[in-house]
Amino acid sequence: MITLNPLRWGKQYESLEFNDVVHFDTGEPIARIGTVGGGIVGRDLRVAHKAREALLEVPTNELLQMCRKAAELFENETLPVGDSQQSVDDFIHQQSASTGLPEHMCRSNMSKNSFVLSNMEQILDCLTRGLDLSILSKGYGEEGRGVTVSYQAQTPILGAILPNNSPGVHTLWLPAIPMQIGLALKPGSQEPWTPYRMVSAFIEAGVPSAAFGLYPGGHDAGGAIMAKSARSMIFGSAQTIAQHAGNPKVQPHGPGFSKILLGDDIVDDWEMFLDVMVESVLSNSGRSCINCSGIWASRHTREIAAAIAERIGPVDVRPPSDPDAQLAAFTVPAMATGTYAMVQQDLAESGVTDMTAEYGEKLIEREHCAYLRPMVVHADSPDRGVAAKEYMFPFVSVVECPQDQMLSRIGTSLIGTVITSDEKFIQDAARCVDIDRLNIGPLPTNRLNWLQPHEGNIIEFLFTNRAYQIEPMPAITSV
Amino acid sequence: MSLVEGAPAPINPEVQAAAAKALDQLNEHTLKTVHWHFSDNTGSPFWLEKKAELNFDPLTDVKSFDDLKKFPHFEDEWLRGGPINRWVPKGHAGKPVYVFETGGTTGIPKSRMVIEDHWKDYELFSDTLPDEHFPKGSNWLMLGPSGPRRLRLAVEHLAQHRGGICFCIDLDPRWVVKLIKKGWMDHLEEYKKHCIDQAVTILTAGHDVKCMFATPKLLESLGEALEEKGTSLAEVGIKGIFSGGTEFTPQWTRFAVEEMLGGPPEEGGVFMTPTYGNTLMGLACSKPITAADGYKISYYAPQPRAVTEVVQFDDYNTKVGYGETGRVKLYTLTDEFFVPGFMERDEGEREQPFETYPWDGVSGVRPFHELASATTVGVY
Repeated sequence: MITLNPLRWGKQYESLEFNDVVHFDTGEPIARIGTVGGGIVGRDLRVAHKAREALLEVPTNELLQMCRKAAELFENETLPVGDSQQSVDDFIHQQSASTGLPEHMCRSNMSKNSFVLSNMEQILDCLTRGLDLSILSKGYGEEGRGVTVSYQAQTPILGAILPNNSPGVHTLWLPAIPMQIGLALKPGSQEPWTPYRMVSAFIEAGVPSAAFGLYPGGHDAGGAIMAKSARSMIFGSAQTIAQHAGNPKVQPHGPGFSKILLGDDIVDDWEMFLDVMVESVLSNSGRSCINCSGIWASRHTREIAAAIAERIGPVDVRPPSDPDAQLAAFTVPAMATGTYAMVQQDLAESGVTDMTAEYGEKLIEREHCAYLRPMVVHADSPDRGVAAKEYMFPFVSVVECPQDQMLSRIGTSLIGTVITSDEKFIQDAARCVDIDRLNIGPLPTNRLNWLQPHEGNIIEFLFTNRAYQIEPMPAITSV
Repeated sequence: MSLVEGAPAPINPEVQAAAAKALDQLNEHTLKTVHWHFSDNTGSPFWLEKKAELNFDPLTDVKSFDDLKKFPHFEDEWLRGGPINRWVPKGHAGKPVYVFETGGTTGIPKSRMVIEDHWKDYELFSDTLPDEHFPKGSNWLMLGPSGPRRLRLAVEHLAQHRGGICFCIDLDPRWVVKLIKKGWMDHLEEYKKHCIDQAVTILTAGHDVKCMFATPKLLESLGEALEEKGTSLAEVGIKGIFSGGTEFTPQWTRFAVEEMLGGPPEEGGVFMTPTYGNTLMGLACSKPITAADGYKISYYAPQPRAVTEVVQFDDYNTKVGYGETGRVKLYTLTDEFFVPGFMERDEGEREQPFETYPWDGVSGVRPFHELASATTVGVY
């Protein structure tokens, strides 16, 4: 059984305490993770500046090359992880076994992470709008218009409390390394695999190991990372986001409430966009913030809901190694039963119809895990509670709403795919502050262009653009 | 009751003999205690009333410690609400009574009345403290909860019993729990700083404080605050620390000794000992902890005044074998308070008797897995 040790600025620490990582279906231990408490985290973060100093020793262009190399290693090679050598297949099996994600989805997330890492140069070029990255290292420089520009790092390291069950989100912290910002990560208890393998790939590619801290542990360790990092990101629930709202030190990530809006000009031809809607709801087992949780249209909503239900309603549980498996397990069965109970409450409201009722039982309970099969519900008005819901399985509400009310009623939407050619609707959508990432046209919500900022620009989170004036010193005459 | 049921038996025959003697004392003490609490002229209204509900007569049917199993398990819910006087044994009528509380963040806290038990427990504990590290006559800092807490007065008594004066801080644990429940983590951090500021002020004000009690989290924060000021616990004069709680794990101890205290006492100059206890039982002491032993922490109750057992998860009247895991069961047998078996919210491994404490101990104490708070699951 593989043992994952905490990493303290590149040095493995053999803890006396371990948590088991167990197989989602059998409950058998598949790995053990050494854990640390907040004291150790706090102690390490007091010397966090050394992580940035180690990275500043390596020029940015070299770090970008190392990112490309790390991407290659991460996706294709056997790497030292914990006390073992981990092949790509080992990684996929381990991640699937602990998270309940089908193996092909694990491979897909692995490719996504690798893609982002290998294209880091272009991503940073876009996120910084073409800034010479040495300006981030030095703190100031010449932008090219005869004007001094300054970006001041707000932190030597980025802290991150990583999620248990969503291996795709790790793309968000990867840009820190080429920007010479160290990492203090608390891996998720069920998904330590990506951070451990990614850090190993970085180190094998030549990035200084002193730039990395991996601190598995409980709330205590996570709390210390949040309290002692000048900038940190956390993945959690809507409650987590509310808790950190307005805190400039924290970038919270949670449910996306992503939506597709069908304009009046195209809604009569809704069948043309059925594939876009199905993919947006079903991909990655509906587990991501970028999955679509609401489809809004002014008419044909029942037919749209019925057509999506016909496509995803029959999807059933398959073994995780099955390349056609579409559903991820809930590794904590109570979460599935709790979620199902909430859905039942949603369905009890007048005007809400379960369009997948004819496709059999939704809650599938096993000894150590549970599944929820896809659901499509129809809401006859945006006033229905379900119109504002998002759940961690393929679940979508198709909401009937006049177009002129949509943008004022959708609420927060990480992704807003607006399918229309109506210029005024497009302009209104562009002005709608409830939509974070705006897609105009038939783009599935789950297809992200990584050259665009995601849920806040990480450059703006880690650096502050400020004034930096230079006046040449006069010659000293007193000597 | 068998002395050493389960394998392996204690190696040392002298320990066997000492354990037999300790059991004799425990049996005798049990008889005396049961008679006190169930006699009409000395017992408390609570237990005299309870006696009528029992299907046996404690005065005639309890002949040994093992016979305490005839009692139903003590329910700490009985301690909620009043009148508190129903717990005062008639044999102690008229004496000054303290009340100590646990819980109470919301709703009615559990209350235990005490007359002198906390003094006696800590005087016994005092005998276990090495004078080299807890010098007699030196002053103390109590870095723990204030308010209606047994610990606060007990530590103060300990300091006075050893000829010192105890400095305390203001710390309301109920507000801390509320902050955590509300998710006000910034406030929590600020409140912690507020508490640590008080401690740093005391330690740097020339009061010659050499000994202290601290919870592990507060000790950690204090160590950090002092280091940020360019000093350390040793430099401000601390020589001995006792601490307690389920956070006091071998890993935490290792961190504290190796990184916070600068090594074992002979190197870092600060001695630290763990304790385990609660308002019901009092205070269990630890076998000395060493790096060679993997910082293993084994607690031994102050028998015969209190007893800990490690019992099977599915049968709370049967002890597990030595080294095996079970739930911690507590007994309190003083003339002030009678607890004939309380299922603690902790689990651990059963430990063998040894020379200093020739009775069972418990190691690896941690929250009972069935009651541990539900796993927090991110929704992302």
